[in-house]
Amino acid sequence: MHSIPQSHKEITSLIKSGELTCESLVRQYLDNIHEQEDLNVFISLFDSEAVERAREIDKKLKDGKAGKLAGAVFSVKDVISVKDKLLTCGSKFLSNFESLYNATAVERLLNEDAIIIGKVNCDEFAMGSSNENSYFGHVKNPVDKTRVPGGSSGASAVSVAANMCLMSLGSETGGSIRQPASFCGITGLKATYGRISRFGLVAFASSFDSIGIFGNNNYDIGLALEVISGFDERDSTSSDHKVLNYASESEKNFDPKEIRIGYVKEYFEEGLSDAVRTGINEKLDVLRKKGFTVKEISLPSSKYVIQTYYILTCAEASSNLSRFDGVRYGVRSENSDAVEEMYVNSRSEGFGEEVKRRIMLGTYVLSAGYYDAYYRKGQKARTLIRKDFEKAFNEVDYIISPTTPTTAFKLGEKIEDPLAMYLNDIYTVSANLAGIPAISVPAGQDKDGLPFGLQIMGKKFDEAGLLKMANEIN
Amino acid sequence: MSTVYDKYESVIGLEVHAQMKTNTKAFCRCSTDFHSSPNSNVCPICLGYPGTLPVLNQELVEFTIRMGLATNCSIREVSIFARKNYFYPDLTKGYQITQFDTPICFDGHLHIQTDGKEKRIGITRIHMEEDAGKSLHDFSDNDTLIDFNRCGVPLIEIVSEPDIRSSEEAYLYLSKIRQRLVYLGINDGNLEEGSMRCDANISVRLKGTEEFGTRTEVKNLNSFKNVSEAIEAEIKRQIDLIEDGGKVSYQTMTYNAKDKKTTATRSKEEAHDYRYFPEPDLVKVRVDKDWISKVENELPEFPEARRSRFINEYSISESDADELTLDKFFADKFESTIGFLLNKNERSYRSVANIFRVDIKRIMNEQKLSLDEIHLTDKVLAMLADSVSSGTISATASKEIFNHILKGKTEEEQISIFKKSEEDLSQVSDNSEIEIIVKKILAENPGEVERYKIGEKKLAGFFVGKIMQESKGKANPKIVNELLIKILEI
Repeated sequence: MHSIPQSHKEITSLIKSGELTCESLVRQYLDNIHEQEDLNVFISLFDSEAVERAREIDKKLKDGKAGKLAGAVFSVKDVISVKDKLLTCGSKFLSNFESLYNATAVERLLNEDAIIIGKVNCDEFAMGSSNENSYFGHVKNPVDKTRVPGGSSGASAVSVAANMCLMSLGSETGGSIRQPASFCGITGLKATYGRISRFGLVAFASSFDSIGIFGNNNYDIGLALEVISGFDERDSTSSDHKVLNYASESEKNFDPKEIRIGYVKEYFEEGLSDAVRTGINEKLDVLRKKGFTVKEISLPSSKYVIQTYYILTCAEASSNLSRFDGVRYGVRSENSDAVEEMYVNSRSEGFGEEVKRRIMLGTYVLSAGYYDAYYRKGQKARTLIRKDFEKAFNEVDYIISPTTPTTAFKLGEKIEDPLAMYLNDIYTVSANLAGIPAISVPAGQDKDGLPFGLQIMGKKFDEAGLLKMANEIN
Repeated sequence: MSTVYDKYESVIGLEVHAQMKTNTKAFCRCSTDFHSSPNSNVCPICLGYPGTLPVLNQELVEFTIRMGLATNCSIREVSIFARKNYFYPDLTKGYQITQFDTPICFDGHLHIQTDGKEKRIGITRIHMEEDAGKSLHDFSDNDTLIDFNRCGVPLIEIVSEPDIRSSEEAYLYLSKIRQRLVYLGINDGNLEEGSMRCDANISVRLKGTEEFGTRTEVKNLNSFKNVSEAIEAEIKRQIDLIEDGGKVSYQTMTYNAKDKKTTATRSKEEAHDYRYFPEPDLVKVRVDKDWISKVENELPEFPEARRSRFINEYSISESDADELTLDKFFADKFESTIGFLLNKNERSYRSVANIFRVDIKRIMNEQKLSLDEIHLTDKVLAMLADSVSSGTISATASKEIFNHILKGKTEEEQISIFKKSEEDLSQVSDNSEIEIIVKKILAENPGEVERYKIGEKKLAGFFVGKIMQESKGKANPKIVNELLIKILEI
């Protein structure tokens, strides 16, 4: 693996001093990609095109006309649209499907001269926590190739951790950015719901989904965030809340005396591994020593989050995935004579097990006679969870917790046990239920050298504060 | 003679779907033009491509508020959209975006005139939704083709209370809904072309009972005639069934216009579970009081008000006013023609009314033309009416001139044809000239003269007709009458 500059600042200064060009940088990334093909990261690689674009941006840099992401090379999770490129969602169903347009986030990256090097693997339709649910095969964790990278944006995390690009666009519905960031030892941000347009993100659960960013440091993430954030007329649920200069904000310092940090009592109960518990407690001590107020808080609704999350996300998913019917695009089954048969066969052949499981679960909870017992109750629980957080944020400014209960588990270890897999999301799903921003930052390693992350959750639209707090941890 | 059918009373509620004449679709910016070639008004959003999101068309909300206010509905300040989930090849997303438990308009009503009395028909709700595409089964033996142009075209659904008691009332209610839609400029009122569609919920019960019978739903009644006939047929079917000792079960029916019968298409057991839930891709629809009052201030004058105004302002008869206001465009043209009159008085207004009710209606009926397709300008029609009301030409001559000027392609041509015809047909009021014709006609019909003289006075009309014919309609009928009587009574 070639050693490659790890931050946009470093890249920019090397380019300025003439020691690096975008083209040579892209070529180094491509070398790394080819050398680590066994990790199974990319579904489509834009090699020659990325080199071509790097040359154009080198010229722009020379002319002083380059955008603020010149020199930043991104991978994009294959649930996000890039015009004229495959958009497989890790599914057999869309294995031949090319998108007709750019996602808003992609469009905004390109407008600031970012380079997209390719589309990366993920759990099918972003459903999974290990990146083992992909039609294109599982992805390996670069730290230990016998282990999962996390999911669903597993390959996004790997592409950054294994120096295949500087940053990655991922997506999450219940922790699909933060969990793999934690497992791979990098930083992953999920912004406030509505902060980043969802237009062009293939929907899993619309009221939970958000695009997010993987990177090596908080400044880079802030830079990408300020580019892709903001209202989008193509997404009614996007917010017109003011976009700050998150990169420079991330470098400002807090006055520790004015900041109250909470840690959630319920998150430190059963299921949490010793290594992670110790590591997070050490970080809390560091913060105390810096002068921050650190106190225990309670989120009583914590025991309902997994059930609530799976009821509501599966309900939305069952409807969102109805459009994959084989009529207009995707893979249509050849073994059918009548329209109903075509639906059944196309969907049975095109979707993997986990996707089918969630469609069935979601269809069930929305059915007449079950709606009140499940979906409506789930909505009520979601409201309670939101209120819990509102209350908590009256007491504290940030909530710190482990990102995941353990470090990366073995490939194949949980794939036959969906419930065990679902419990891996226990600390992350709340932020999606409540619509608040959250970030996972590297917080240490266990005795086997496997990384784990620390999660910071903040108030809605306080991404700047989240990045500043993340700097206090690093 | 009373029959078994008279023991029963029918209970009917109508669901009317109306396409909104917005420029663009409900949730994307594709055109709603339905004359375009198949699959030309489509985009990734209305085709349900992965990653796309709907964005609500504000014009749709405004149009729906208009209809709500025009039917005395309350307007909900915050309403939401829901997804209605089902699979069909022309439904691109696998769900229809519609409104479920919070329709934007609710609790309204309209009045219909039946047996000379006003009857109130309640309107439960009006909600917004999107249309699906069209499946075309007739173009190929083995394949179904789909035109997605209609996919995402905005619809409103107007649901009545079960206040309707006969096919006649259903017809009157539907006409009223159509009239409102057209007056508001939000729909072209065309059932046959499908821009308006109607389903009927029908049940019967013994007269005097309170409890509703089991209803059936008759789908897709695609003409006014079908609505009446289908309701009649379904009422008869239900009563026959009950009289035979059977029970009506909840079913979806379809009407076959050929054998005038309704048949079941789907039973309750096969009914879809649509799994409605709130549409998470759209935000709440908020309608504030300012918006409502703005729409209210911009509402057009409705037919009932216009009818009264026409009677008062133009001194036309009630039946003239009825006919003139039935159709908005007809009433609009009537008024704009009046604007061009030189003589603004009751006689000239009535002349205009007469030209519209008689001559224009006749041409529309005979040649199956719409008002648009009759190219007579307001100015020309006003000239014709002025000429009649001032006595320059007779009403008979007016009809002839009307037929002549129809041939003019431009306004100039029409005016020149009018002027020439007016000169040719201007009324003869000169007594001596008319007297010559009267004497000629009497001389030619001695038998009738004889019969008149022995008391068959109604033959006067016969003579007047002949005289008018002879004068090519130019003789002033008043003078003809006077002279005829004078000469015959000698």
